[in-house]
Amino acid sequence: MHTTIDDATLIRNYINGDEKAIELLINKHNQRLSSYIYSKVKDMTVTEDIFQDTFIKVISTFKRGTYNEEGKFLPWVMRIAHNLIIDHFRRNKRMPKYQGNQEFNIFSVLTDDKPNAERQLIKDQIDQDLEVLIEQLPKDQLEVLKMRIYQNMSFNEIAENTEVSINTALGRMRYALINLRKLIEKNQIVLTN
Amino acid sequence: MEKIYSSPETQCRLITSRPETVKFLLDYSRSLHMREFKGMTIEQNLN
Repeated sequence: MHTTIDDATLIRNYINGDEKAIELLINKHNQRLSSYIYSKVKDMTVTEDIFQDTFIKVISTFKRGTYNEEGKFLPWVMRIAHNLIIDHFRRNKRMPKYQGNQEFNIFSVLTDDKPNAERQLIKDQIDQDLEVLIEQLPKDQLEVLKMRIYQNMSFNEIAENTEVSINTALGRMRYALINLRKLIEKNQIVLTN
Repeated sequence: MEKIYSSPETQCRLITSRPETVKFLLDYSRSLHMREFKGMTIEQNLN
């Protein structure tokens, strides 16, 4: 036979140290309180949060010994939940929350320039392939290409560092690129992202 | 006889908070202790 213990008894037992009593009390009012909160906030996550905060206040009040039993547990809990719902709407008014829907998605106007994980993997692979190809260039061309691409040096600086004229440095860079294209074609490597 | 009375539709959706939420509350209850210190009640959370 299923019997329901009244709220006052459960509260008394809980205050006297019976932890099982609070579980029975929460489960007893779970549906009613959650449905009430949901009917106001229309959001399941917010409902769960407010339900949780409500019972945190209830538990704290019981443990402090400041609960005044007048046989009105449910109206008291509903009042706590109601006040928390008002707090929730006040907070949202100060800091409104926008949720996307079928007509408007915030991520269609907010973009991130960084490549996604897949594109980053492809880019890393291309960089690795390119490094292997570059190493096959003649030494003088390799030197100019590395200074220009990896060290971002100007052709004037390259000419000074390699002790050649600027035209020679430009010519070596040009041949480096031509040879690199030949190597790419020869090895049938696809270098696009 | 033809049924002429329609049953009222409930406007309220019945919701129950998840067992995880209830479990959190039970754990919170077990960990919460009140201590008296110089006439003040201090909340102590012992996990």
